[in-house]
Amino acid sequence: MNGFFPILKRELLAYFRSPVAYVFIIIFLVANAGCTFLLGNFYDSQQASLEIFFLFHPWLYLFLVPAVGMRLWAEERRSGTAELLLTFPVRLTSTVFAKFFAGWLFIGISLLLTFPMIWTVHFLGSPDSGPIITGYLGSFLMAGSYLAIASLTSSMTKNQVISFILSVVICLVLVLSGWGVLSETLNTVFPVWFSDLVGQFSFTTHFDAIRRGVVDIRDLIYFISIIVIVLMLNVVVLESHKAS
Amino acid sequence: MIRVNSLSKKFNNLLAVDQVSFEVKQGEILGFLGPNGAGKTTTMKMLTCFIPPSSGTAEICGYSILDDPLQVRNQIGYLPESAPSYDEMLVGEFLKFIAEIRGYSGMELKRRVGIVIEKTSLSEVENQMIDTLSKGFRQRTCLAQALLHDPPVLILDEPTDGLDPNQKHEVRSLIKDMSEERTILISTHILEEVDAVCTSAMIIANGRVVGYGTPDELLSQSLYRNSVTVSLKNENPRKLLDDFNQLDFVYSVEHVQDDREDLVTMRLYPKNKESISRKLEEYLYKKNVQLEQFTVERGRLDEVFRQLTTED
Ligand SMILES: Nc1ncnc2c1ncn2[C@@H]1O[C@H](COP(=O)(O)OP(=O)(O)OP(=O)(O)O)[C@@H](O)[C@H]1O
Ligand SMILES: [Mg+2]
Repeated sequence: MNGFFPILKRELLAYFRSPVAYVFIIIFLVANAGCTFLLGNFYDSQQASLEIFFLFHPWLYLFLVPAVGMRLWAEERRSGTAELLLTFPVRLTSTVFAKFFAGWLFIGISLLLTFPMIWTVHFLGSPDSGPIITGYLGSFLMAGSYLAIASLTSSMTKNQVISFILSVVICLVLVLSGWGVLSETLNTVFPVWFSDLVGQFSFTTHFDAIRRGVVDIRDLIYFISIIVIVLMLNVVVLESHKAS
Repeated sequence: MIRVNSLSKKFNNLLAVDQVSFEVKQGEILGFLGPNGAGKTTTMKMLTCFIPPSSGTAEICGYSILDDPLQVRNQIGYLPESAPSYDEMLVGEFLKFIAEIRGYSGMELKRRVGIVIEKTSLSEVENQMIDTLSKGFRQRTCLAQALLHDPPVLILDEPTDGLDPNQKHEVRSLIKDMSEERTILISTHILEEVDAVCTSAMIIANGRVVGYGTPDELLSQSLYRNSVTVSLKNENPRKLLDDFNQLDFVYSVEHVQDDREDLVTMRLYPKNKESISRKLEEYLYKKNVQLEQFTVERGRLDEVFRQLTTED
């Protein structure tokens, strides 16, 4: 009666059946390497840690995750398969989460493929494995939050391009709200608590701590609640589409 | 069984379905007819809980579409109008996926997939990518999907659309064979289909029911009901027309063009659409004519359809 796993499996399979998946993985890996070594001056930093590698993830995900998520619902609606999917005896919540998890797993797989980075830092020195593990965990959780937003915007339109742009914009706001430059600007006009509050809603704020190896349960809860809340919104949007 | 109670659907300002009520019992096949945009698909979407009605309700096997959508969906096999399926999957894989969603696994799943592949003659494309299928095969793949769980209720939106004549015939026999222990609602634009498979038919126009009955009841509304067409050899058309017009059971007579020069063909419309074949036969026998053709019409569904759907 559940339908969760068949839907997840089909969706994941659909990713790997399309050439876009492989293009995505390649771009993801190349972009990661490019940012870390060229922009981040990884070798010059002489640090045996992945801090620089993770530093760029909020920016990389900004474009790559919406690209993964844009098809989730837009494609079902465009091709008419939504009419099948949504008339099976499966709860809409299960369907939404199943599709989300498929995309999340796909991103997780891409993220795992960055393992040569771990070799590299081991080659440079003897890194502390704590921050590496929490970095990966945090990065994966953050990717999930981006993906939930992309899934939501994907359910709002049949057009994948519009869905992509919408989710990039929303994610950009959530990245920038924790950006140092922005909070300094805000501080010149508003009291400090205001910029702190804005920062609390940001991906960057919560990811930075995890990236440095400080695992605060509140940061984990932040990402998980973003995922759950946005996906519940996703369910509501799909329900209301049906009504109109 | 399907029981629909003044179901309506409004899209912005458009009343797509307007207080539609009907009932389909087990063993019945209801043919759903109507011009493009009449509201057939919209009605079906509401019955399968894809879209909620604006007002009214319906019951499928006793479950309300408003209160119990999951149970309703369990009872229904649905073939949507566009026969959607996942392009990147193989036919067999797709059916397996649907069977999994319907809660089957292992041998039971294999058995069920095997049965529907057999029923819809899909075995030759079982390992073909859906993307590369012809339209007819796509249609059949999606039909197969609707049959997997052996549902008591089938809702099929234009099931024979895009099929070749042989396959049309196959699918119609399939639908008929399944009908005994099932309740079936099909929409179609092929009027012969109604006579061939349906136990009753409903015609809607602009969202409203304008005709309902068995195919024969609908046919009885036709102008051609019980009209008789006769072709006679070596007769004077003018004279014949006069003679026929004298008959008390004939309402009117029409001279029909014929490609054979030596034949005169007339269509006689009976008074009150009653059967006149016996009386006419006797009359022609007495008249001692050379009869080449004698055809009685049951009525024309296309003409009834037009009559019901074009008047305001
Ligand atoms: N989502 C929608 N938004 C607005 N109008 C809609 C929507 N879906 C259907 N309609 C309108 O509702 C009316 C009924 O459409 P429907 O698809 O039910 O017709 P139909 O009887 O199935 O026609 P056809 O024979 O062409 O399949 C049409 O006028 C259509 O434009
Ligand atoms: Mg239709």
